[in-house]
Amino acid sequence: MDLYARRRFSNYLVVGLSLCATAFGLLFLVFVLGTLLVNGIGALNLSLFTQATPPPGSSGGLINAICGSLAMTVIATAIGTPTGILAGTFLAEYAHNSRLGELVRFINDILLSAPSIIIGLFVYTILVVPMGHFSAWAGSVALAIIMIPVIVRTTEDMLTLVPNALREAAAALGAPKWKIIVTITYRSAVQGMLTGVLLAVARISGETAPLLFTALNNQFWSSNLNAPMANLPVVIFQFAMSPYVDWQALAWAGALLITVTILLLNIGARMFASWSGLGK
Amino acid sequence: MSVSLASAMTPSSNVQAQNGSNASAFPLPVKVEIRNVGFYYGKFHALKNVSLSLHDRRVTAFIGPSGCGKSTLLRILNRIYELYPNQTATGEVLVDGQNILSPGLDLNLVRSKIGMVFQKPTPFPMSIHDNITFGIKLYERLPKSELDDRVESALRRAALWDEVKDKLRQSGLGLSGGQQQRLCIARAIAVQPEILLLDEPASALDPISTQRIEELIAELKSDYCIAIVTHNMQQAARSSDYTAFMYLGELVEFDETERIFTHPRERRTEDYITGRFG
Repeated sequence: MDLYARRRFSNYLVVGLSLCATAFGLLFLVFVLGTLLVNGIGALNLSLFTQATPPPGSSGGLINAICGSLAMTVIATAIGTPTGILAGTFLAEYAHNSRLGELVRFINDILLSAPSIIIGLFVYTILVVPMGHFSAWAGSVALAIIMIPVIVRTTEDMLTLVPNALREAAAALGAPKWKIIVTITYRSAVQGMLTGVLLAVARISGETAPLLFTALNNQFWSSNLNAPMANLPVVIFQFAMSPYVDWQALAWAGALLITVTILLLNIGARMFASWSGLGK
Repeated sequence: MSVSLASAMTPSSNVQAQNGSNASAFPLPVKVEIRNVGFYYGKFHALKNVSLSLHDRRVTAFIGPSGCGKSTLLRILNRIYELYPNQTATGEVLVDGQNILSPGLDLNLVRSKIGMVFQKPTPFPMSIHDNITFGIKLYERLPKSELDDRVESALRRAALWDEVKDKLRQSGLGLSGGQQQRLCIARAIAVQPEILLLDEPASALDPISTQRIEELIAELKSDYCIAIVTHNMQQAARSSDYTAFMYLGELVEFDETERIFTHPRERRTEDYITGRFG
């Protein structure tokens, strides 16, 4: 019985420690969300969505930054999703055990953990400097470069999870490889792949550093993709550091907006993953 | 072409020379002639010099302990092993006289004539109807009505029609295991192949589903050349006309099923079927 008592004790001890660690982690999440809510809700009002960012001392909104972020995210997704999915397909279906595959996977993993400021500087060097000015295009490209490795990774993982038996069954019917991939493998993995894309979108929607060097910011409404464009993260960065109270309030409102959007994207990704349709 | 088993087997060094009287016991034409086939998983020599013939409209069972190479042999017959690197086959597999192991062949076309059903049911993530039409649409362009007819006749032949006729648009994944396996058989015969390869088709199923699959094999035999790998010796005895006993990558004995189970020539065969090892 002595052995049993010791085991029970160590069980309680480890469970207790695990609970403490969980609570410690959650505490800060709740803390962050709480602070955001307290400071952000007071700054929320309709003019956020109707007026552009104001000069100090006057009232205004964030519509130029919201639309700028939206536009650059959409363009980045349009560049990053097909690239990422095709590369992920290459790794999972064509180069699974090859040296080239291992090399690509290794480089992708490096890119996955590359600091986003370095990606910003990179795009600054290859796009902003030759073009001679900051632009929304450059911002979109920087965001796409951050998205691609995330999508490559999730696509590869999801495709690898598809049982080989399915591929064999399709091949045994005489289906060519591309047909198997498009009609069978993608269909089996579509939920996981789309979840990966949503998570990548969530990842870039809060990125600031790559935009500082590329899209910069714009005080005014602009729909010109060839010119600097306002965006939420950089506006937050600029306004939160300013000494003006109304700018700081706008920064809180923007932070709350981004957080809620990311939260919704994540919940959407989860719901999509558990949505039981034809996929699983 | 009609090659007698005896002459097909003479090149094999592993199998005892047959006496001539056996040749007359195989009246139906040879559909698949396996000649000196070997197989390697990387460096591992999994199959050694196997030679035998599969007859049209007959069921040939492959039995033997796990790892004896019987599934490997089946996977050579439609070259499905080529999906994986480092797997190589040697020798010849003649289907109607044409060597399907020769490199110049249109592999997908070959596979479309050789149906295969796997150990675990593998319904595609799509509707029951689309599961059946997937293979058909690969090589034929049919009007919708004809396509529907093909779906119905395939499902009828696989004894599944009555159970699914009202839910053809529902996912094939919602069926029970036994139904899924019959769906896979229906999918395989919907493309009207000439040969059916069954890799332990009933091993993941309950006894009632197993019985239905066996009845189905008996029924399908009138049209196809069927090769079945099974762990279940009663199943081999019940449903096959010929049986090949394999051990450690070699073909030990190949004969009419009745003879294998009553008067095996080889000691190892007898030991295996009487349950002394395996």
